[in-house]
Amino acid sequence: MIKKINFTVNGKKRELEINAGETLLEIIRKRLHLTGTKEGCGVGECGACTVLIDGTAINSCLYLGVWADGREIVTVEGLAKDGELSKVQKAFISEGAVQCGFCTPGFVITASALQSRGHSLTDIEVKEELAGHFCRCTGYQNIIKAVKKSLENETAGTGGDHT
Amino acid sequence: MYLIDDYIEADSVDEAVNLLADNPERLIIAGGTDLLIKMRDGILENVQMVGIRRIEPLRKIEKDEQNVISIGAMATFNDLVRSELVQNNIPIMAEAAMTVGGPQIREMATVGGNLCNGMPSADSAPALLVLNARLKLLSKSGVRLAPLQEFYLRPGKVDLRPGELLTEILISKEDYLNFGGCYIKFAPRKAMDLAILGVAVTCRIRVTGIFDLVRIALGVAGPTPLRCEIAENFPPGKPVNDSIIAEIGRLAVKSSRARDSQRASKEFREHLVVELTQRALKSACNRAGGISYD
Ligand code: FES
Ligand code: FES
Repeated sequence: MIKKINFTVNGKKRELEINAGETLLEIIRKRLHLTGTKEGCGVGECGACTVLIDGTAINSCLYLGVWADGREIVTVEGLAKDGELSKVQKAFISEGAVQCGFCTPGFVITASALQSRGHSLTDIEVKEELAGHFCRCTGYQNIIKAVKKSLENETAGTGGDHT
Repeated sequence: MYLIDDYIEADSVDEAVNLLADNPERLIIAGGTDLLIKMRDGILENVQMVGIRRIEPLRKIEKDEQNVISIGAMATFNDLVRSELVQNNIPIMAEAAMTVGGPQIREMATVGGNLCNGMPSADSAPALLVLNARLKLLSKSGVRLAPLQEFYLRPGKVDLRPGELLTEILISKEDYLNFGGCYIKFAPRKAMDLAILGVAVTCRIRVTGIFDLVRIALGVAGPTPLRCEIAENFPPGKPVNDSIIAEIGRLAVKSSRARDSQRASKEFREHLVVELTQRALKSACNRAGGISYD
């Protein structure tokens, strides 16, 4: 069954005809060729497929494409502005939070959602907020550091970034 | 790609109910976090669906003039966690909601879906059982009110009749006012895991340090979430102290129907029932006020 959807992806309006059974993840990767968003488990456990839907971090593998009609989607490709990486992306680089990189887009998206809430979190809170993501490489320490760095008040700290 | 033959997005409760009346085979999809996994595993395929995500009234959490709390079936677990009304009146629901999956799952998964798919491990069920929740089920022939306790038939099977849509979960003030409550989920991991056992306890204490009422419900201790009537009948009129609480924990096992499973043995689950009922009851006593347990 074919359905028509209108939605915004990384600031661009899109109109697509999709199959009712297609996931948002499939649409993003196979139709829009935005392959930054990954499929790990496909069942909502690993977080590799996380995207922002109207600003909220959601697993796109468990999200039907038809639900995206009228919504605003941001994938990892949409975070950099005018060629400049976002604060979260820079923090992941400077803290060495990336190894194979498969989990990274998901973590970066969730961290971006946390950052847009505009307040810092304790270590425990950061861990709770990241509980929907798996990383098989890093052991998480640098990811947590990177997320905390992303949440530091923009005006506080004089260290600058190391990118 | 899921094998969905037909999908209609209902814009209103009436439209959803009409669609179900026309074709009772139609599956309702709420948050999708369980249903889509079943479809991926091939347990369900070639289905006809009706989506109810856009029906905003189904997501409301509110209180009426009689202080009856109504939780919309499409309220997500994060809606429950964030709701001030829930935190102030039925905090045990926020506590239970917080144990579900991880943040992304809590954002999608709904309390109505959690009940209707009938999983014995549903985290919302024990908490709603001790709150004596009633379900408002709407069909073309009208509204049916069903106590949650009678809704569970067997694993994966609930008393949702053809053409019915769960719209609201109702909790009366007699079932939450002046109660203290606590939900404890036992699972190998702190997040993203199913319960090996879930224990919900609420209690009301007389100012004199005497139990007025205790309610206990267990998840994954039997084929369906269940209440522990034998243990509940014991405390009214008895003093709030360690030995009474210990006895209540032991009595809770009498209602449990735990069995060996891949995830835990019967003996281990029963041990958990005793221990966690006591712990949850102590917290519930603290929260009910007047008593201080560490
Ligand atoms: S691919 Fe979506 S959570 Fe793993
Ligand atoms: S960097 Fe490899 S899975 Fe996280």
